[in-house]
Amino acid sequence: MVYFAKWKIALVVVVCLLGVAFAAPNLLNHDTDAELPGWLPNEQISLGLDLRGGSHLLLEVEAQTVINERLEALIDSIRSGLRSDRIRYTGLGIHGNTASVEIKKPDQVQQAYDMIRKLDNGTETVVENGKISVKLTEKAVIDAKRSAVEQSIEIVRRRIDETGTKEPTIQRQGDERILIQLPGIDDPEEVKHLLGKTAKMSFHLVNHNVTAEDIAAGRIPPGTIALPSADNENRLIAVRRKVEVSGDMLTDSQPNFQDGQPVVSFTFNALGGKKFGKVTTENVNRSLAIVLDGKVISAPNINSPILGGRGIITGRFTVKEANDLSLLLRAGALPAPLVILEERSVGPGLGADSVEAGKIASAVGLLAVVVFMVMSYGRFGIYADVALMFNIIMIIASLSVLQATLTLPGIAGIVLTIGMAVDANVLIFERIREEARNGLGPIAAIDSGYKRAIRTIVDANVTTLIAAVLLYQFGSGPVRGFAVTLAIGILTSMFTAIMVTRLLIVMWLRRTKPKTLPL
Amino acid sequence: MKHLHLIPTGTTLDFVGKRIIFFVFSTLLVISSITFFTTNGLNYGIDFKGGIMMEVRSNTGPADIGDFRNKLSNLGLGEVSIQEFGQPEEVLIRIQRQEGDEKAQQRAVAAVKDVLKDTVEYRRTEFVGPKVSEELFTDGLLAVTLAIGAILVYIWFRFEWQFGMTAVIALVHDVLSTIGIFAVLGMEFNLSTVAAVLTIAGYSINDTVVVFDRVRENLRKYKKMDLVELLNMSVNDTLSRTVMTSFTTLIALFALYILGGEVIRGFSFAMIWGIVIGTYSSICLAVPILTYFNMRRSDDEEESNVEKVEGEGTV
Repeated sequence: MVYFAKWKIALVVVVCLLGVAFAAPNLLNHDTDAELPGWLPNEQISLGLDLRGGSHLLLEVEAQTVINERLEALIDSIRSGLRSDRIRYTGLGIHGNTASVEIKKPDQVQQAYDMIRKLDNGTETVVENGKISVKLTEKAVIDAKRSAVEQSIEIVRRRIDETGTKEPTIQRQGDERILIQLPGIDDPEEVKHLLGKTAKMSFHLVNHNVTAEDIAAGRIPPGTIALPSADNENRLIAVRRKVEVSGDMLTDSQPNFQDGQPVVSFTFNALGGKKFGKVTTENVNRSLAIVLDGKVISAPNINSPILGGRGIITGRFTVKEANDLSLLLRAGALPAPLVILEERSVGPGLGADSVEAGKIASAVGLLAVVVFMVMSYGRFGIYADVALMFNIIMIIASLSVLQATLTLPGIAGIVLTIGMAVDANVLIFERIREEARNGLGPIAAIDSGYKRAIRTIVDANVTTLIAAVLLYQFGSGPVRGFAVTLAIGILTSMFTAIMVTRLLIVMWLRRTKPKTLPL
Repeated sequence: MKHLHLIPTGTTLDFVGKRIIFFVFSTLLVISSITFFTTNGLNYGIDFKGGIMMEVRSNTGPADIGDFRNKLSNLGLGEVSIQEFGQPEEVLIRIQRQEGDEKAQQRAVAAVKDVLKDTVEYRRTEFVGPKVSEELFTDGLLAVTLAIGAILVYIWFRFEWQFGMTAVIALVHDVLSTIGIFAVLGMEFNLSTVAAVLTIAGYSINDTVVVFDRVRENLRKYKKMDLVELLNMSVNDTLSRTVMTSFTTLIALFALYILGGEVIRGFSFAMIWGIVIGTYSSICLAVPILTYFNMRRSDDEEESNVEKVEGEGTV
């Protein structure tokens, strides 16, 4: 026992020093830390939103919408294809992920099949008794949903960036979810408002042949739809289904004023500009409806061709509405609506109070455990306390290096670790006492105590580690923070409680060569 | 120097002989826990129930709970619970999940803010939808079940099956009685409570491991000793360390419970209870149950194995 391999001593010392080095940046304030040369450890622990204040939003992308839209587009193509081929049909509709149609004349089925199966290359087309079914393949559905989620994340990021939020975290969670973390924002109304709109914009020609009476009586010709007006849900406007120009061709959009009224100006890309020029040239003196998310914002008259690829949207906007709309148009449309599944916001006051309470609880808990260990085990208790200090330093260092997030339950995990870390030493010291009572000399007792206790310590810690791993796997947010600190604390405490105390005790044995144990 | 001894050296307490008392007590504890759980139910937080929770602090001195109740009960938001939260100025408002979509939840929050205006500081606002709360619930249940299963397998692997079974009986006892105390006291049962229950599952087994190690060691050392006597000796030999390890953890947890703030008080409470009950069940339940297993025979059959393991040493 008195022999403690030189390389082991070196290892213990080096690991402890590294711990101190990597924990040290947390003592500096943020600015000083940022000025440190790059080769020095400079990572600080990052605080979770429950400690620094901020908002956590969990959104779900309603990806099925994308599938439905695709099927609807397919139905439209089937309808116009069959019409132009003069094929008579019935029962055109959507069931689940399948569009189907029945062809009336058996001799036209093959012709219809050939036309339909080329419409969407993500489909499988089956014919059965004159009924043609077009099913989106599994792969097409998965791909479409995945790309909808990816696109949504991108659009969410752009919209949030536009609001000037600092350090937002936007990440995918699971298949169809997006986790947004907004540090420093404790009232996310603004962000929720911006994410609540898909902001799909399109330009449609108004069908002037359909009168208000026709709409009221439901006499709407094919190819035309009645859409509500944005400022009055009850007023329906008949517009042609065909999209003349769509909002995804915009390159810029800004809030502006015209005649003292807030308006939104926009700029098309080259293709959009060309299309816009064409439709406005061909339809002078007719109305062009600007449709946003299925509602007509306004339907101004085309006075003259608009060729520069620029235009303005008028409507009864307030300044804020004009700002928001231009932001949404700039950032682009979401492929599918987002639903908020979970929201947690913490104000800066509570966060700061939690940190303060956590610090005090840790300090008092630490002090009490330290005193208790000295009272119970004297000199050996002091050694255990030194190991405990290094344990805490190593937890801080690990959290900093791993850039793990410290949450309030995470602090609880540290306090818990303080109490648990000395357990290993209790087991060792009690065993040493027992061995000494059984008549072993100091060195033999210590040697035997360490040897025999280690296996129990490992057994006991593995079970707690199992719990921590499962907690991490199944927990979310702050609870994960607890699992992380608990797991780190268990691992570091095994090192400090066994190796560090052992080194200290060996040094003491060599120095004093005691005849009896002070235990 | 005289050291503090929580447990005097050389105790000879008869835990195993008095086992019937402990069995009756524990059976009653578990039965009443289950009864309270099924009749009273748990006071689920929004993590598991869904809904809205707001923590506010009054800007005008101590909050008048009655006044809050008056103001908020007229909003037509359904079940609204209002309670003081840690300090007289702080109030926790819980609102049932609103019918309808996400907009309905937002409207409820807005309605509350409209009434309370700037008289309070909004410290925390949380909303959990039904989809997420269901998932959190099943995940929590799954995690606790898996943890107990994994610990069973581990103990089985390290000891013999009798020890594994016994450890799990003690563990289930600890978990059920923790859930029971939450049902009795009506304390909020939320995600961090589940975290506490899981940690208890992992930690309360520690004491059991310590005693079992000793039981195994003594079984080999004293081949002829009466089992009850041997188990009693094992418990008493290790009594000091099982109590001491729990005690150090309890010291830290009490600091957390008293000083750590209201948000994690439920967590610390569950941990404290779990550790106390876990220590009790290791000493008074797990070891006495071993008397009903024929420990010796399995030991003799695996004699060659025993010699090998003994060299590694136990506490």
